[in-house]
Amino acid sequence: MTVTELVSYEDALASYDPVMGLEVHVELGTKTKMFCGCATTLGADPNAQTCPTCLGLPGALPVVNAVGVESAVRIGLALHCEIAEWCRFARKNYFYPDMPKNFQTSQYDEPIAFDGYLDVQLSDGEVFRVGIERAHMEEDTGKSTHVGGATGRIHGASHSLLDYNRAGIPLIEIVTRPIEGAGERAPEVARAYVAELRELIRSLGVSEARMEMGQMRCDVNLSLRPHGREKFGTRSETKNVNSLRSVERAVRFEVQRHAAVLDEGGTIVQETRHFHEENGTTTSGRVKEEAEDYRYFPEPDLVPVAPSREWVEELRAGLPELPLTRRNRLREEWGISAHEMQSALNAGAVELIVATVTAGAEPAAARKWWMGELARRANEQGVELAALPITPEQVARVTALVAEGALNDKLARQAIEGVLAGEGDPDAVVEKRGLRIVSDEGALGKAVDEAIEANAAVADKVRSGKVAAAGALVGAVMKATRGQADAARAKELILERLGVEG
Amino acid sequence: MPGITREEVAHLARLARLELSAEELDHFAGQLDDIIGAVARVSDVAAQDVPPTSHPLPLTNVMRPDEVRQGLTPAQALAGAPAQEQQRFKVPQILGEE
Repeated sequence: MTVTELVSYEDALASYDPVMGLEVHVELGTKTKMFCGCATTLGADPNAQTCPTCLGLPGALPVVNAVGVESAVRIGLALHCEIAEWCRFARKNYFYPDMPKNFQTSQYDEPIAFDGYLDVQLSDGEVFRVGIERAHMEEDTGKSTHVGGATGRIHGASHSLLDYNRAGIPLIEIVTRPIEGAGERAPEVARAYVAELRELIRSLGVSEARMEMGQMRCDVNLSLRPHGREKFGTRSETKNVNSLRSVERAVRFEVQRHAAVLDEGGTIVQETRHFHEENGTTTSGRVKEEAEDYRYFPEPDLVPVAPSREWVEELRAGLPELPLTRRNRLREEWGISAHEMQSALNAGAVELIVATVTAGAEPAAARKWWMGELARRANEQGVELAALPITPEQVARVTALVAEGALNDKLARQAIEGVLAGEGDPDAVVEKRGLRIVSDEGALGKAVDEAIEANAAVADKVRSGKVAAAGALVGAVMKATRGQADAARAKELILERLGVEG
Repeated sequence: MPGITREEVAHLARLARLELSAEELDHFAGQLDDIIGAVARVSDVAAQDVPPTSHPLPLTNVMRPDEVRQGLTPAQALAGAPAQEQQRFKVPQILGEE
């Protein structure tokens, strides 16, 4: 392995223009596998979800999963693709124990969806259009465990163990066109693309697309070319980049590595590379087999898929509003910036805010609580916002109590704390903890009188016209009532008692 | 012009993980070339109006509802495995020492 000093990212970009290609595999959330009726339940015992078809036993015949095809068409449509009128599956032949059949059933030159695009929004609101070359149907491989090596890696292993529960689970592979023109923002564009694709997949309900669970995996192709040159450079393909942050880091690292090799007059080897989460680097894998080495040929055991135009239009009509369109609509309704929306998205708060608004809250109030107090608590506990034991309806009730003057922000925080602690709904917590603002004239009037009496000098100042000094008296009232007084009403009463216009 | 060269046969043998001797390569290259030549004659009789076919039946859209069907137990699945460990198929070293 040649060790090359990396070039700084800025220097690399000064000399070269990056071109990317992203291949994303999405594991569909179907109940059964793509070509057989085996269950796809997560966490099953090893080899407990297999059958003669997915084990590649002689005589077994595959039949395609209708929901798998429907999901592929819907993904294609959501990516603005053409849907093939007629397409076939193909065998991709290779010898590797993760596929007991010795081939993967995939699609070759007849993908079910092709020629589309996905608009992605960068943090400053700029929209970047990523061209989609194709989306095709295929199947996942089994899971290998390498034994005997120091780190569970394949290198140095004495043997490997195979669990075929995952072999045959439906995958949709989505391939972009070469992404040009991203320049220094290439890592950000790559990340935003994968993030937007994940939102899209989730909005379609075809997969949970949880990258940490391997339900969505990204391969990053990258090449550099000197500025002004049209022809692409040789690319490397970094496999299995499995988090949004890693996608960004892998692109950045490969830009720096390629630049270093090219600067020294070297040539980039077309190869697959492995990404290392722990330090953000990549290392050489195998030299990429030529496409023809897979000896693709039409799968003779499956008949062609020919989605009727009526069915395609029916599916198109049933698509949900696309996530970016929806976020932009919500952004306008909520009156916030693209950056603020991005923060809400990153915090996993968008759907929670929507649900809270649906439950009757003002958007600003809903966003304030989810992005403020609740985000802080989720962060403290290291859990997802949605995992906090409080519902959007409960948050909406808290905002309603604030809006009607029954709670101020300080009391509302205590009410939320009570709900999170399992003390019941906001109303129950307010009742039990006695959180209601004191605004009945009797109790408040008494507190006001006491505050004036205890602060005679301040009261005199107010009487002589220094209305601003009344703040100290309001403070005294709040203190005496442990924050439960209606501050605005207290001020009115103070000024009234002292004979001053507010 | 042969339909398949000796080098191509050697390449395919490597991809198929078949170890062929020089004599076998000569032998199979000739035979495969004959077979390809024979199959190629189909193209002579198939006119433009005969589309290439990959399936003998004129069927499309044969699909299965997304319903779970009982498969094999782990013991049944592993019954034919030459070796097993931890309820998994045990396979020899995949990559040699580098």
